[in-house]
Amino acid sequence: MRTILTLASMRIRITLRNKAFLFFSLVMPMGLFFAFCGILAGGKPEKVAYWMGPILSFTVMGTFWGLSVQLVTWREQGILRRFRLAPIPASSMIGSSILANYVLILPTVVLQLVLARFIYHVTSFGNLFSVIAFVILGITSFGAMGLVVASVTNTMQETQIINQLLWFALIFVSGVTVPLAALPHMVQRIGLFLPSTYLVSGLQRAIVYRQNMLSLSVEVVSLASWAALAFFISSQLFRWEPEAKLPRNAKLWAVATILPFILLGIWENHNGKLLSTAAAMVSDRPTKNAPVPEKAQ
Amino acid sequence: MSNPILLVENLEKHYEDVHAVRGVSFSVEEGEVFGLLGPNGAGKTSTIEVIEGLRLPDGGRVSVCGLDPQINPNELKSEIGATLQATSLPDKLRVGEAIRMFAGFYKRKRSPDELLNRFGLAEKRNSFYNQLSGGQKQRLALAMALVNDPRVLFLDEPTAGLDPQVRREIYTIIEELKAEKKTIVLTTHYIEEAERLCDRVAIIDHGKVIAAGTPRELKQSSANTTRVEVRLSKPVSDGALKNLDGVVDAREVDGAYVLHCQRTAPAIVALVKHLEVENNELVSLEIATPSLEDVFIELTGRRLRD
Repeated sequence: MRTILTLASMRIRITLRNKAFLFFSLVMPMGLFFAFCGILAGGKPEKVAYWMGPILSFTVMGTFWGLSVQLVTWREQGILRRFRLAPIPASSMIGSSILANYVLILPTVVLQLVLARFIYHVTSFGNLFSVIAFVILGITSFGAMGLVVASVTNTMQETQIINQLLWFALIFVSGVTVPLAALPHMVQRIGLFLPSTYLVSGLQRAIVYRQNMLSLSVEVVSLASWAALAFFISSQLFRWEPEAKLPRNAKLWAVATILPFILLGIWENHNGKLLSTAAAMVSDRPTKNAPVPEKAQ
Repeated sequence: MSNPILLVENLEKHYEDVHAVRGVSFSVEEGEVFGLLGPNGAGKTSTIEVIEGLRLPDGGRVSVCGLDPQINPNELKSEIGATLQATSLPDKLRVGEAIRMFAGFYKRKRSPDELLNRFGLAEKRNSFYNQLSGGQKQRLALAMALVNDPRVLFLDEPTAGLDPQVRREIYTIIEELKAEKKTIVLTTHYIEEAERLCDRVAIIDHGKVIAAGTPRELKQSSANTTRVEVRLSKPVSDGALKNLDGVVDAREVDGAYVLHCQRTAPAIVALVKHLEVENNELVSLEIATPSLEDVFIELTGRRLRD
């Protein structure tokens, strides 16, 4: 544990010295916060509360980007092999990156909640415990996704291409930038296979409908199992050396990490209520199929 | 040679179709400075990285401080220190942070401040890694390699790519460690480094140890020839010089002619006579005993840096 803490503390320090990190993890999420709250929500507290789900999801999901880039850079530059000379297991190396991510991302999340409270007068964030749990779960699971990307890409160029493809899919087909209900029906159905959809949905339902963790168990279990699977696969595929070859079936294992969402996507497409709930939240009136809010906003 | 701290037996290492290490064997005693001398690509780094536990061997046996790198990797890493040839640290990590962090990974440790002072890095403790010169980076690498007070220190090409002044600084540091009886295994392709620093040397080429012993023993084995290096006003053929009385070998090296002579005086007389006949002039003449480079040339027919 001491090794993980030592590594995490080093990661936090050097990341805070990186201007690109400050731009992508503070300036961009804050820009999105003001754009969504000021323009899309028109500054109205109840609408700002609705948009806090996508805003927090955007902030949390961005963690995968920096994490994968840092790991690949360290491997390419031979930094990881210097660490390998010390008695450090691969699990400490990757565990420390997730731990550092909590410390690096949570202040932005707190800032967004505080500003929503004091600038846009949002009086309630619904079930705050659920909100915090989803933020933590999001940092863990999307961070683990970054680790999987780093473990199956060999160069920074390759990592950036994969990151961009993932990022655009995750933010445009999941309700992060455009409400799920506003997307074409076919796109909504594709969105049901993406983890970001369940993160946004979980956060929005926790905030708008004040739902507790039990009511959100589908989202919680899917994100948690994805995180565990991704963490396990990335620790198995972890490579210290720049020239280390990727095992032949590694990419297959990486793709296998999304299994929880393939199963969930199939189930949601047939029996699920996520789309109707998403539509109800946009129209501000719960539908017949949507879960009944415990207490109206 | 009774109880070696490092034992390597018939080590083999392949990379796809390259057979990098072919049955390398040697042992190192406690307190000894042992050198693996050979040209680039000879298999030195592969050998040392298998010993450090960074690479898996394809055959043979390695024991460091009684530990097998494959069976006890973490125990081994606590006992050894190393500088690597191709390595780095995060650009925005400060010197003081780097050494304190690495100290945190070990149970047995030396004071990071003492190491920074010793390696002349105390003033640089707040500098970022990417602000350091090549020499400072290498001194930091050495300081970090000593942070766990290792029983065996591995230095892979510790002065490669450094300018002569910095190289001498590193030599002084290694000589100090040698005086403290620290066991050191270093790889190098610099003759001077091996001759100056090592108690014993294994000459390695194409993945095999082709000679081993103290630098003196190796040089003595070099057919008892004397090395005569001459510069001439006009070029001559190597063949003409090789046929001179007392000369066993002659080669042109960087504009000079290196003659290996079994009988020095007759060889010089013959050379001067030959130059008179050819209307050539002697610009300079230097007589020296053979170096490890000459030993390598004799064994392989190539220069070390080729």
